[in-house]
Amino acid sequence: MISFENVSKRYPEGHDALRDVNFTLNRGEMAFLTGHSGAGKSTLLKLIMLMERPTRGHVSVANQDLAQFSREDIPYHRRRIGVVFQNHQLLFDRTVFDNVALPLQISGYEPDDIGKRVRAALDKVGLLSKEKLNPITLSTGEQQRIGIARAIVHKPQLLLADEPTGNLDPSLSAEIMSLFMEFNRHGTTVLIASHDLALISRMGHRTLILDQGRLMRDG
Amino acid sequence: MANREPVKRGAERHQRPQEAAVQPAPQSKGAAKHKVDLAAQSKSWIRHHKQTARDSFQRLRTTPLPSLMTLAVLAIALALPGLMFVGLKNIHQLSGEWKGDPKISLYLQKTLPDEAAEQFSQTMLLRADLAAVELVTKDQGLHEFQRISGFSDVIGFLNKNPLPAVVVVQPVDNSKANLVSLQTELGALAEVDEAVLDMVWVERLASFVELANRVVLVLGALLALSVLLVVGNTIRLSIENRKDEIQVAKLVGATDSWVKRPFIYTGFWFGLIGALVAWLFVQISLLLIQEPVGQLAALYQSGFELQGLGFTDSLILLLTGVVLGLIGAKLAVGRHLKEIEPQ
Repeated sequence: MISFENVSKRYPEGHDALRDVNFTLNRGEMAFLTGHSGAGKSTLLKLIMLMERPTRGHVSVANQDLAQFSREDIPYHRRRIGVVFQNHQLLFDRTVFDNVALPLQISGYEPDDIGKRVRAALDKVGLLSKEKLNPITLSTGEQQRIGIARAIVHKPQLLLADEPTGNLDPSLSAEIMSLFMEFNRHGTTVLIASHDLALISRMGHRTLILDQGRLMRDG
Repeated sequence: MANREPVKRGAERHQRPQEAAVQPAPQSKGAAKHKVDLAAQSKSWIRHHKQTARDSFQRLRTTPLPSLMTLAVLAIALALPGLMFVGLKNIHQLSGEWKGDPKISLYLQKTLPDEAAEQFSQTMLLRADLAAVELVTKDQGLHEFQRISGFSDVIGFLNKNPLPAVVVVQPVDNSKANLVSLQTELGALAEVDEAVLDMVWVERLASFVELANRVVLVLGALLALSVLLVVGNTIRLSIENRKDEIQVAKLVGATDSWVKRPFIYTGFWFGLIGALVAWLFVQISLLLIQEPVGQLAALYQSGFELQGLGFTDSLILLLTGVVLGLIGAKLAVGRHLKEIEPQ
Protein backbone atom coordinates (compact mmCIF):
# COMPACT_ATOMS: atom_id res chain seq x y z
CA MET A 1 0.00 0.00 0.00
CA ILE A 2 2.86 2.32 0.88
CA SER A 3 6.37 1.98 -0.34
CA PHE A 4 9.41 4.16 0.29
CA GLU A 5 12.45 3.69 -1.96
CA ASN A 6 15.65 5.44 -0.95
CA VAL A 7 13.66 8.41 0.27
CA SER A 8 15.51 11.42 1.63
CA LYS A 9 14.05 14.72 2.63
CA ARG A 10 16.12 17.79 3.26
CA TYR A 11 14.32 20.97 4.20
CA PRO A 12 15.41 24.21 2.56
CA GLU A 13 17.14 25.32 5.75
CA GLY A 14 19.43 22.30 5.46
CA HIS A 15 17.90 20.00 8.03
CA ASP A 16 17.87 16.34 6.93
CA ALA A 17 14.49 15.04 8.10
CA LEU A 18 14.74 11.65 6.37
CA ARG A 19 17.82 9.83 5.09
CA ASP A 20 17.59 6.99 2.64
CA VAL A 21 14.43 5.42 4.03
CA ASN A 22 13.24 2.10 2.55
CA PHE A 23 10.19 0.16 3.61
CA THR A 24 6.96 -1.31 2.29
CA LEU A 25 3.67 -1.49 4.08
CA ASN A 26 1.34 -4.08 2.57
CA ARG A 27 -2.34 -3.70 2.03
CA GLY A 28 -4.28 -4.49 5.19
CA GLU A 29 -1.20 -4.20 7.37
CA MET A 30 -0.96 -2.19 10.58
CA ALA A 31 2.30 -0.64 11.67
CA PHE A 32 3.67 1.86 14.15
CA LEU A 33 6.20 4.50 13.37
CA THR A 34 8.23 5.65 16.33
CA GLY A 35 11.32 7.55 17.33
CA HIS A 36 12.27 10.67 19.26
CA SER A 37 10.61 13.91 18.39
CA GLY A 38 12.39 15.28 15.35
CA ALA A 39 13.31 11.80 14.14
CA GLY A 40 11.26 12.30 10.98
CA LYS A 41 7.91 10.69 11.82
CA SER A 42 5.82 13.68 10.80
CA THR A 43 7.87 14.26 7.67
CA LEU A 44 7.31 10.66 6.62
CA LEU A 45 3.55 11.06 7.01
CA LYS A 46 3.63 14.40 5.18
CA LEU A 47 5.35 12.75 2.24
CA ILE A 48 2.54 10.19 2.04
CA MET A 49 -0.06 12.98 2.19
CA LEU A 50 1.83 15.00 -0.42
CA MET A 51 2.14 17.86 2.04
CA GLU A 52 5.85 17.63 1.25
CA ARG A 53 7.82 16.18 -1.63
CA PRO A 54 10.92 14.02 -1.16
CA THR A 55 14.31 15.47 -2.06
CA ARG A 56 15.42 12.08 -3.36
CA GLY A 57 13.84 8.69 -3.84
CA HIS A 58 10.29 7.57 -4.53
CA VAL A 59 7.19 7.33 -2.41
CA SER A 60 4.37 5.17 -3.77
CA VAL A 61 0.84 4.77 -2.51
CA ALA A 62 -1.33 2.01 -3.98
CA ASN A 63 1.37 1.31 -6.56
CA GLN A 64 1.32 4.87 -7.84
CA ASP A 65 4.47 6.91 -7.71
CA LEU A 66 3.50 10.13 -5.98
CA ALA A 67 6.06 12.04 -8.06
CA GLN A 68 3.60 11.82 -10.96
CA PHE A 69 0.93 13.71 -9.05
CA SER A 70 0.65 17.33 -10.04
CA ARG A 71 -0.73 20.00 -7.76
CA GLU A 72 -4.21 19.50 -9.22
CA ASP A 73 -4.11 15.78 -8.46
CA ILE A 74 -3.26 16.18 -4.80
CA PRO A 75 -6.86 16.60 -3.54
CA TYR A 76 -7.94 13.37 -5.23
CA HIS A 77 -4.96 11.57 -3.73
CA ARG A 78 -5.82 12.83 -0.25
CA ARG A 79 -9.43 11.72 -0.57
CA ARG A 80 -8.39 8.09 -0.35
CA ILE A 81 -6.43 8.60 2.84
CA GLY A 82 -7.83 9.18 6.29
CA VAL A 83 -5.63 11.19 8.60
CA VAL A 84 -5.75 11.78 12.34
CA PHE A 85 -3.71 14.47 14.03
CA GLN A 86 -2.51 14.99 17.55
CA ASN A 87 -4.08 18.43 17.56
CA HIS A 88 -7.22 16.91 15.98
CA GLN A 89 -7.75 19.99 13.74
CA LEU A 90 -11.46 20.23 14.42
CA LEU A 91 -13.42 23.32 13.40
CA PHE A 92 -15.16 25.02 16.27
CA ASP A 93 -17.51 27.07 14.13
CA ARG A 94 -19.70 24.06 13.37
CA THR A 95 -21.23 21.00 14.97
CA VAL A 96 -19.64 17.60 15.46
CA PHE A 97 -21.79 16.34 12.60
CA ASP A 98 -20.56 19.02 10.20
CA ASN A 99 -16.95 18.40 11.18
CA VAL A 100 -17.23 14.74 10.35
CA ALA A 101 -19.25 15.46 7.20
CA LEU A 102 -16.58 17.74 5.72
CA PRO A 103 -14.66 15.08 3.72
CA LEU A 104 -17.92 13.77 2.27
CA GLN A 105 -19.15 17.24 1.32
CA ILE A 106 -15.85 17.91 -0.37
CA SER A 107 -16.06 14.66 -2.30
CA GLY A 108 -19.60 15.53 -3.36
CA TYR A 109 -21.75 12.91 -1.65
CA GLU A 110 -25.54 13.21 -1.59
CA PRO A 111 -26.87 14.87 1.59
CA ASP A 112 -28.83 11.75 2.59
CA ASP A 113 -25.83 9.60 2.05
CA ILE A 114 -23.71 11.99 4.09
CA GLY A 115 -26.12 11.73 7.00
CA LYS A 116 -25.97 7.94 7.02
CA ARG A 117 -22.22 7.74 6.72
CA VAL A 118 -21.53 10.42 9.32
CA ARG A 119 -23.80 8.70 11.85
CA ALA A 120 -22.18 5.36 11.12
CA ALA A 121 -18.73 6.88 11.71
CA LEU A 122 -19.86 8.62 14.91
CA ASP A 123 -21.42 5.38 16.07
CA LYS A 124 -18.12 3.57 15.60
CA VAL A 125 -16.29 6.02 17.85
CA GLY A 126 -19.18 5.99 20.33
CA LEU A 127 -20.22 9.61 19.96
CA LEU A 128 -23.46 9.34 18.04
CA SER A 129 -25.34 11.19 20.77
CA LYS A 130 -23.08 14.24 20.44
CA GLU A 131 -23.60 14.98 16.75
CA LYS A 132 -25.37 18.29 17.33
CA LEU A 133 -22.86 19.66 19.83
CA ASN A 134 -20.01 21.98 19.11
CA PRO A 135 -16.75 20.03 19.49
CA ILE A 136 -15.37 22.75 21.77
CA THR A 137 -17.74 21.51 24.48
CA LEU A 138 -16.29 17.99 24.36
CA SER A 139 -13.38 16.51 26.28
CA THR A 140 -9.96 16.02 24.68
CA GLY A 141 -10.55 12.31 24.30
CA GLU A 142 -13.91 12.91 22.67
CA GLN A 143 -12.43 15.49 20.35
CA GLN A 144 -9.78 13.02 19.30
CA ARG A 145 -12.48 10.46 18.56
CA ILE A 146 -14.33 13.03 16.43
CA GLY A 147 -11.07 13.51 14.54
CA ILE A 148 -10.93 9.75 14.01
CA ALA A 149 -14.55 9.65 12.86
CA ARG A 150 -13.73 12.35 10.31
CA ALA A 151 -10.70 10.35 9.14
CA ILE A 152 -12.67 7.16 8.55
CA VAL A 153 -16.05 8.54 7.44
CA HIS A 154 -15.28 8.07 3.74
CA LYS A 155 -13.90 4.55 4.36
CA PRO A 156 -10.36 5.24 3.27
CA GLN A 157 -8.12 2.34 2.42
CA LEU A 158 -5.24 3.94 4.23
CA LEU A 159 -5.44 5.49 7.67
CA LEU A 160 -2.59 7.64 8.94
CA ALA A 161 -2.33 8.94 12.48
CA ASP A 162 0.20 11.38 13.87
CA GLU A 163 0.49 11.01 17.65
CA PRO A 164 -3.21 10.22 18.02
CA THR A 165 -2.83 9.54 21.74
CA GLY A 166 -0.49 12.46 22.38
CA ASN A 167 -2.43 14.21 25.13
CA LEU A 168 -4.59 11.35 26.34
CA ASP A 169 -4.30 9.37 29.52
CA PRO A 170 -3.36 5.65 29.24
CA SER A 171 -6.87 4.24 29.39
CA LEU A 172 -8.12 6.67 26.72
CA SER A 173 -5.03 5.89 24.65
CA ALA A 174 -5.77 2.19 24.80
CA GLU A 175 -9.33 2.89 23.76
CA ILE A 176 -8.19 4.90 20.73
CA MET A 177 -5.69 2.22 19.76
CA SER A 178 -8.33 -0.45 19.91
CA LEU A 179 -10.39 1.66 17.51
CA PHE A 180 -7.49 1.67 15.06
CA MET A 181 -7.08 -2.09 15.47
CA GLU A 182 -10.73 -2.57 14.70
CA PHE A 183 -10.46 -0.55 11.50
CA ASN A 184 -7.43 -2.63 10.59
CA ARG A 185 -9.35 -5.87 11.21
CA HIS A 186 -11.86 -4.60 8.65
CA GLY A 187 -9.10 -4.30 6.08
CA THR A 188 -7.87 -0.72 6.39
CA THR A 189 -4.13 -0.27 6.15
CA VAL A 190 -3.05 1.67 9.24
CA LEU A 191 0.16 3.57 9.95
CA ILE A 192 0.43 5.28 13.33
CA ALA A 193 3.22 7.61 14.34
CA SER A 194 3.64 7.59 18.09
CA HIS A 195 6.36 7.93 20.68
CA ASP A 196 4.36 6.00 23.28
CA LEU A 197 6.72 3.00 23.27
CA ALA A 198 5.01 1.22 26.14
CA LEU A 199 1.69 1.30 24.35
CA ILE A 200 3.24 0.24 21.04
CA SER A 201 5.02 -2.76 22.53
CA ARG A 202 1.78 -3.89 24.16
CA MET A 203 0.05 -3.80 20.77
CA GLY A 204 2.50 -6.25 19.24
CA HIS A 205 2.37 -4.87 15.70
CA ARG A 206 5.13 -4.17 13.24
CA THR A 207 7.15 -1.15 14.38
CA LEU A 208 9.33 1.14 12.30
CA ILE A 209 11.86 3.05 14.35
CA LEU A 210 13.30 6.27 13.01
CA ASP A 211 16.39 7.88 14.44
CA GLN A 212 17.60 11.19 13.04
CA GLY A 213 15.91 10.48 9.77
CA ARG A 214 17.21 6.91 9.37
CA LEU A 215 15.08 3.83 9.59
CA MET A 216 16.86 1.91 12.38
CA ARG A 217 14.57 -1.03 12.85
CA ASP A 218 11.71 -2.53 10.92
CA GLY A 219 9.88 -5.35 12.56
CA MET B 1 -0.27 15.66 -18.94
CA ALA B 2 0.57 12.37 -20.57
CA ASN B 3 -1.17 9.03 -20.32
CA ARG B 4 0.55 8.16 -17.11
CA GLU B 5 -1.62 10.62 -15.32
CA PRO B 6 -2.21 9.01 -11.98
CA VAL B 7 -5.54 10.48 -11.11
CA LYS B 8 -8.24 10.90 -13.67
CA ARG B 9 -9.23 14.41 -14.40
CA GLY B 10 -11.60 16.33 -16.58
CA ALA B 11 -14.99 14.72 -16.92
CA GLU B 12 -13.98 11.82 -14.72
CA ARG B 13 -12.10 13.76 -12.18
CA HIS B 14 -14.65 13.18 -9.49
CA GLN B 15 -14.30 9.49 -9.70
CA ARG B 16 -12.47 8.51 -6.63
CA PRO B 17 -8.92 7.55 -7.51
CA GLN B 18 -8.62 4.24 -5.70
CA GLU B 19 -11.51 2.82 -7.67
CA ALA B 20 -9.93 3.88 -10.89
CA ALA B 21 -6.60 2.32 -10.22
CA VAL B 22 -6.77 0.09 -7.21
CA GLN B 23 -8.54 -3.08 -6.20
CA PRO B 24 -11.09 -2.45 -3.51
CA ALA B 25 -10.09 -3.50 -0.05
CA PRO B 26 -11.36 -6.97 0.81
CA GLN B 27 -13.97 -5.92 3.31
CA SER B 28 -15.60 -3.21 1.29
CA LYS B 29 -18.07 -5.11 -0.82
CA GLY B 30 -19.90 -1.84 -1.20
CA ALA B 31 -16.91 -0.11 -2.70
CA ALA B 32 -18.58 0.05 -6.10
CA LYS B 33 -21.41 1.98 -4.54
CA HIS B 34 -18.96 4.63 -3.46
CA LYS B 35 -18.38 5.47 -7.03
CA VAL B 36 -20.08 8.75 -7.55
CA ASP B 37 -21.18 8.89 -11.17
CA LEU B 38 -20.97 11.88 -13.42
CA ALA B 39 -24.62 12.93 -13.29
CA ALA B 40 -24.61 12.75 -9.53
CA GLN B 41 -21.39 14.69 -9.51
CA SER B 42 -22.71 17.55 -11.58
CA LYS B 43 -25.75 17.56 -9.32
CA SER B 44 -23.51 17.75 -6.31
CA TRP B 45 -21.51 20.50 -7.99
CA ILE B 46 -24.65 22.57 -8.50
CA ARG B 47 -25.74 21.77 -4.98
CA HIS B 48 -22.43 22.96 -3.62
CA HIS B 49 -22.72 26.17 -5.61
CA LYS B 50 -26.18 26.84 -4.25
CA GLN B 51 -25.15 25.99 -0.74
CA THR B 52 -22.00 28.07 -0.93
CA ALA B 53 -23.93 31.04 -2.30
CA ARG B 54 -26.35 30.73 0.61
CA ASP B 55 -23.61 30.23 3.20
CA SER B 56 -21.62 33.18 1.91
CA PHE B 57 -24.70 35.36 2.19
CA GLN B 58 -25.38 34.11 5.72
CA ARG B 59 -21.80 34.86 6.65
CA LEU B 60 -22.28 38.51 5.68
CA ARG B 61 -25.14 38.60 8.14
CA THR B 62 -23.18 37.04 10.97
CA THR B 63 -20.86 40.07 10.93
CA PRO B 64 -23.42 42.79 10.21
CA LEU B 65 -21.40 45.87 11.13
CA PRO B 66 -18.24 45.19 9.09
CA SER B 67 -20.40 43.95 6.22
CA LEU B 68 -22.52 47.10 6.29
CA MET B 69 -19.46 49.35 6.37
CA THR B 70 -17.95 47.56 3.40
CA LEU B 71 -21.27 47.71 1.56
CA ALA B 72 -21.62 51.43 2.27
CA VAL B 73 -18.17 52.14 0.84
CA LEU B 74 -18.93 50.02 -2.21
CA ALA B 75 -22.32 51.67 -2.68
CA ILE B 76 -20.83 55.16 -2.57
CA ALA B 77 -18.02 54.19 -4.92
CA LEU B 78 -20.59 52.84 -7.37
CA ALA B 79 -23.19 55.58 -6.86
CA LEU B 80 -20.79 58.43 -7.70
CA PRO B 81 -20.05 57.26 -11.25
CA GLY B 82 -23.73 56.38 -11.53
CA LEU B 83 -24.73 59.93 -10.72
CA MET B 84 -22.11 61.39 -13.01
CA PHE B 85 -23.38 59.16 -15.75
CA VAL B 86 -26.91 60.41 -15.21
CA GLY B 87 -25.59 63.97 -15.36
CA LEU B 88 -23.87 63.24 -18.62
CA LYS B 89 -26.99 61.70 -20.02
CA ASN B 90 -28.93 64.84 -19.18
CA ILE B 91 -26.33 67.06 -20.80
CA HIS B 92 -26.67 64.98 -23.94
CA GLN B 93 -30.40 65.43 -23.72
CA LEU B 94 -30.01 69.19 -23.32
CA SER B 95 -27.74 69.41 -26.32
CA GLY B 96 -30.26 67.32 -28.20
CA GLU B 97 -32.83 70.08 -27.66
CA TRP B 98 -30.82 72.27 -30.00
CA LYS B 99 -31.09 69.57 -32.57
CA GLY B 100 -30.78 70.78 -36.18
CA ASP B 101 -29.48 74.15 -35.10
CA PRO B 102 -26.15 74.20 -36.87
CA LYS B 103 -26.94 76.04 -40.05
CA ILE B 104 -24.71 77.35 -42.77
CA SER B 105 -25.64 80.70 -44.22
CA LEU B 106 -24.66 81.04 -47.87
CA TYR B 107 -24.36 84.71 -48.83
CA LEU B 108 -24.83 84.75 -52.60
CA GLN B 109 -23.02 87.04 -54.98
CA LYS B 110 -24.66 90.48 -54.90
CA THR B 111 -24.76 90.56 -58.66
CA LEU B 112 -26.76 87.34 -58.84
CA PRO B 113 -30.29 88.00 -60.14
CA ASP B 114 -33.24 86.78 -58.11
CA GLU B 115 -34.10 84.03 -60.59
CA ALA B 116 -30.58 82.61 -60.37
CA ALA B 117 -30.78 82.69 -56.57
CA GLU B 118 -34.07 80.84 -56.80
CA GLN B 119 -32.50 78.28 -59.10
CA PHE B 120 -29.49 77.92 -56.84
CA SER B 121 -31.66 77.19 -53.85
CA GLN B 122 -33.44 74.55 -55.94
CA THR B 123 -30.13 72.79 -56.62
CA MET B 124 -29.38 72.92 -52.90
CA LEU B 125 -32.70 71.22 -52.21
CA LEU B 126 -31.61 68.31 -54.38
CA ARG B 127 -28.56 67.59 -52.26
CA ALA B 128 -28.85 64.53 -50.04
CA ASP B 129 -26.56 65.88 -47.33
CA LEU B 130 -28.81 68.84 -46.58
CA ALA B 131 -31.90 68.41 -44.45
CA ALA B 132 -33.47 71.80 -45.12
CA VAL B 133 -32.90 74.73 -47.42
CA GLU B 134 -34.35 78.20 -47.00
CA LEU B 135 -34.01 81.05 -49.47
CA VAL B 136 -34.07 84.59 -48.18
CA THR B 137 -34.30 86.82 -51.23
CA LYS B 138 -32.83 90.30 -51.33
CA ASP B 139 -36.28 91.85 -50.79
CA GLN B 140 -37.17 89.53 -47.95
CA GLY B 141 -33.83 90.29 -46.38
CA LEU B 142 -34.45 93.98 -46.62
CA HIS B 143 -37.94 93.72 -45.14
CA GLU B 144 -36.62 91.63 -42.29
CA PHE B 145 -33.85 94.11 -41.69
CA GLN B 146 -36.24 97.01 -41.68
CA ARG B 147 -38.54 95.25 -39.27
CA ILE B 148 -35.86 94.20 -36.83
CA SER B 149 -33.47 97.14 -36.98
CA GLY B 150 -35.95 99.99 -36.98
CA PHE B 151 -33.82 101.72 -39.62
CA SER B 152 -36.71 101.64 -42.09
CA ASP B 153 -36.46 105.39 -42.71
CA VAL B 154 -32.78 105.30 -43.44
CA ILE B 155 -33.17 102.34 -45.73
CA GLY B 156 -35.90 104.19 -47.57
CA PHE B 157 -33.22 106.64 -48.72
CA LEU B 158 -31.23 103.91 -50.39
CA ASN B 159 -32.04 103.62 -54.03
CA LYS B 160 -30.58 100.17 -54.24
CA ASN B 161 -30.97 97.14 -51.99
CA PRO B 162 -27.50 96.57 -50.48
CA LEU B 163 -28.29 93.12 -49.14
CA PRO B 164 -27.38 89.90 -50.87
CA ALA B 165 -29.74 86.95 -51.16
CA VAL B 166 -29.05 84.29 -48.52
CA VAL B 167 -29.61 80.57 -48.69
CA VAL B 168 -29.69 79.02 -45.23
CA VAL B 169 -28.99 75.30 -45.32
CA GLN B 170 -29.20 72.75 -42.55
CA PRO B 171 -26.85 69.79 -42.90
CA VAL B 172 -27.97 66.25 -42.17
CA ASP B 173 -24.79 65.29 -40.40
CA ASN B 174 -24.07 67.68 -37.58
CA SER B 175 -20.62 66.42 -36.71
CA LYS B 176 -18.04 69.12 -36.46
CA ALA B 177 -15.87 67.67 -39.21
CA ASN B 178 -18.74 67.46 -41.64
CA LEU B 179 -19.93 70.98 -40.91
CA VAL B 180 -16.52 72.38 -41.65
CA SER B 181 -16.01 70.41 -44.85
CA LEU B 182 -19.49 71.29 -46.03
CA GLN B 183 -18.83 74.94 -45.31
CA THR B 184 -15.69 74.85 -47.44
CA GLU B 185 -17.41 72.97 -50.23
CA LEU B 186 -20.42 75.27 -50.42
CA GLY B 187 -18.30 78.37 -50.04
CA ALA B 188 -16.37 77.38 -53.18
CA LEU B 189 -19.50 77.35 -55.35
CA ALA B 190 -19.61 80.12 -57.99
CA GLU B 191 -22.91 81.58 -56.78
CA VAL B 192 -21.73 81.82 -53.22
CA ASP B 193 -19.88 84.84 -51.97
CA GLU B 194 -19.36 83.57 -48.47
CA ALA B 195 -20.45 80.56 -46.44
CA VAL B 196 -20.75 81.31 -42.73
CA LEU B 197 -21.00 78.68 -40.07
CA ASP B 198 -21.45 79.73 -36.51
CA MET B 199 -19.09 77.21 -35.01
CA VAL B 200 -18.54 78.82 -31.67
CA TRP B 201 -21.33 77.19 -29.74
CA VAL B 202 -20.98 73.91 -31.62
CA GLU B 203 -17.36 73.79 -30.62
CA ARG B 204 -18.01 74.86 -27.07
CA LEU B 205 -20.69 72.29 -26.58
CA ALA B 206 -18.67 69.55 -28.21
CA SER B 207 -15.63 70.22 -26.10
CA PHE B 208 -17.70 70.54 -22.96
CA VAL B 209 -19.37 67.20 -23.58
CA GLU B 210 -16.01 65.68 -24.41
CA LEU B 211 -14.52 67.02 -21.20
CA ALA B 212 -17.44 65.75 -19.16
CA ASN B 213 -17.09 62.35 -20.81
CA ARG B 214 -13.43 62.22 -19.90
CA VAL B 215 -13.98 63.29 -16.33
CA VAL B 216 -16.68 60.67 -15.84
CA LEU B 217 -14.46 58.05 -17.43
CA VAL B 218 -11.41 58.85 -15.30
CA LEU B 219 -13.34 59.18 -12.04
CA GLY B 220 -15.33 56.07 -12.90
CA ALA B 221 -12.12 54.10 -13.46
CA LEU B 222 -10.65 55.34 -10.17
CA LEU B 223 -13.81 54.45 -8.28
CA ALA B 224 -13.95 51.04 -9.95
CA LEU B 225 -10.40 50.48 -8.79
CA SER B 226 -11.40 51.42 -5.26
CA VAL B 227 -14.27 48.90 -5.43
CA LEU B 228 -11.75 46.23 -6.44
CA LEU B 229 -9.46 47.16 -3.56
CA VAL B 230 -12.25 47.25 -0.98
CA VAL B 231 -13.63 43.88 -2.05
CA GLY B 232 -10.14 42.41 -2.33
CA ASN B 233 -9.17 43.56 1.12
CA THR B 234 -12.39 42.35 2.70
CA ILE B 235 -11.93 38.93 1.11
CA ARG B 236 -8.31 38.83 2.21
CA LEU B 237 -9.38 39.35 5.83
CA SER B 238 -12.06 36.73 5.46
CA ILE B 239 -9.50 34.24 4.10
CA GLU B 240 -7.26 35.03 7.04
CA ASN B 241 -10.14 34.36 9.44
CA ARG B 242 -10.91 31.02 7.87
CA LYS B 243 -7.36 29.80 7.61
CA ASP B 244 -7.91 26.75 9.83
CA GLU B 245 -10.91 25.69 7.86
CA ILE B 246 -9.01 26.02 4.59
CA GLN B 247 -6.14 23.92 5.90
CA VAL B 248 -8.42 21.17 7.15
CA ALA B 249 -10.42 21.19 3.93
CA LYS B 250 -7.26 20.88 1.86
CA LEU B 251 -6.09 17.99 4.05
CA VAL B 252 -9.24 16.02 3.47
CA GLY B 253 -9.05 16.53 -0.27
CA ALA B 254 -10.62 19.86 -1.14
CA THR B 255 -9.67 21.14 -4.57
CA ASP B 256 -8.53 24.72 -5.03
CA SER B 257 -11.81 25.66 -6.66
CA TRP B 258 -13.80 24.13 -3.79
CA VAL B 259 -11.82 26.23 -1.33
CA LYS B 260 -12.11 29.36 -3.46
CA ARG B 261 -15.82 29.13 -4.10
CA PRO B 262 -17.15 30.66 -0.86
CA PHE B 263 -14.88 33.67 -1.23
CA ILE B 264 -15.85 34.22 -4.84
CA TYR B 265 -19.48 34.17 -3.75
CA THR B 266 -18.71 36.65 -0.99
CA GLY B 267 -17.31 38.97 -3.67
CA PHE B 268 -20.42 38.38 -5.75
CA TRP B 269 -22.75 39.33 -2.90
CA PHE B 270 -20.73 42.42 -2.01
CA GLY B 271 -20.81 43.53 -5.64
CA LEU B 272 -24.50 42.85 -6.12
CA ILE B 273 -25.73 44.33 -2.84
CA GLY B 274 -23.34 47.26 -3.13
CA ALA B 275 -24.70 48.01 -6.60
CA LEU B 276 -28.31 47.70 -5.40
CA VAL B 277 -27.66 50.20 -2.63
CA ALA B 278 -25.82 52.44 -5.10
CA TRP B 279 -28.86 52.33 -7.37
CA LEU B 280 -31.02 53.42 -4.44
CA PHE B 281 -28.60 56.27 -3.68
CA VAL B 282 -28.79 57.47 -7.27
CA GLN B 283 -32.57 57.31 -7.43
CA ILE B 284 -32.95 59.12 -4.11
CA SER B 285 -30.48 61.81 -5.19
CA LEU B 286 -32.42 62.34 -8.42
CA LEU B 287 -35.68 62.63 -6.51
CA LEU B 288 -34.09 65.27 -4.31
CA ILE B 289 -32.95 67.46 -7.21
CA GLN B 290 -35.90 66.86 -9.48
CA GLU B 291 -37.99 69.74 -8.17
CA PRO B 292 -35.34 72.49 -8.30
CA VAL B 293 -34.36 71.32 -11.77
CA GLY B 294 -38.00 71.56 -12.86
CA GLN B 295 -38.25 75.09 -11.48
CA LEU B 296 -35.07 76.11 -13.24
CA ALA B 297 -36.27 74.65 -16.51
CA ALA B 298 -39.57 76.52 -16.11
CA LEU B 299 -37.69 79.80 -15.65
CA TYR B 300 -35.98 79.20 -18.97
CA GLN B 301 -39.27 78.13 -20.50
CA SER B 302 -37.71 74.84 -21.34
CA GLY B 303 -39.54 71.56 -21.44
CA PHE B 304 -36.43 69.89 -20.03
CA GLU B 305 -37.11 66.94 -17.76
CA LEU B 306 -34.52 65.27 -15.61
CA GLN B 307 -33.77 61.76 -16.83
CA GLY B 308 -33.07 59.02 -14.33
CA LEU B 309 -31.35 55.68 -14.74
CA GLY B 310 -33.43 53.73 -17.18
CA PHE B 311 -33.83 49.97 -17.10
CA THR B 312 -30.73 49.33 -19.20
CA ASP B 313 -28.55 51.69 -17.19
CA SER B 314 -29.76 50.17 -13.93
CA LEU B 315 -28.86 46.75 -15.28
CA ILE B 316 -25.43 48.01 -16.30
CA LEU B 317 -24.89 49.43 -12.81
CA LEU B 318 -25.80 46.09 -11.21
CA LEU B 319 -23.63 44.14 -13.63
CA THR B 320 -20.71 46.47 -13.05
CA GLY B 321 -21.04 45.91 -9.31
CA VAL B 322 -21.20 42.15 -9.69
CA VAL B 323 -18.30 41.98 -12.11
CA LEU B 324 -16.11 44.23 -9.94
CA GLY B 325 -17.00 42.16 -6.87
CA LEU B 326 -16.10 38.95 -8.64
CA ILE B 327 -12.83 40.32 -10.00
CA GLY B 328 -11.87 41.74 -6.59
CA ALA B 329 -12.57 38.38 -4.98
CA LYS B 330 -10.67 36.48 -7.67
CA LEU B 331 -7.64 38.71 -7.24
CA ALA B 332 -7.62 38.31 -3.47
CA VAL B 333 -8.23 34.58 -3.61
CA GLY B 334 -5.57 34.03 -6.26
CA ARG B 335 -3.02 35.90 -4.19
CA HIS B 336 -3.70 34.59 -0.73
CA LEU B 337 -5.16 31.12 -1.00
CA LYS B 338 -2.09 29.41 -2.40
CA GLU B 339 -0.13 30.53 0.63
CA ILE B 340 -2.38 28.53 2.92
CA GLU B 341 -1.29 24.92 2.83
CA PRO B 342 -1.72 22.35 5.59
CA GLN B 343 1.30 22.27 7.87
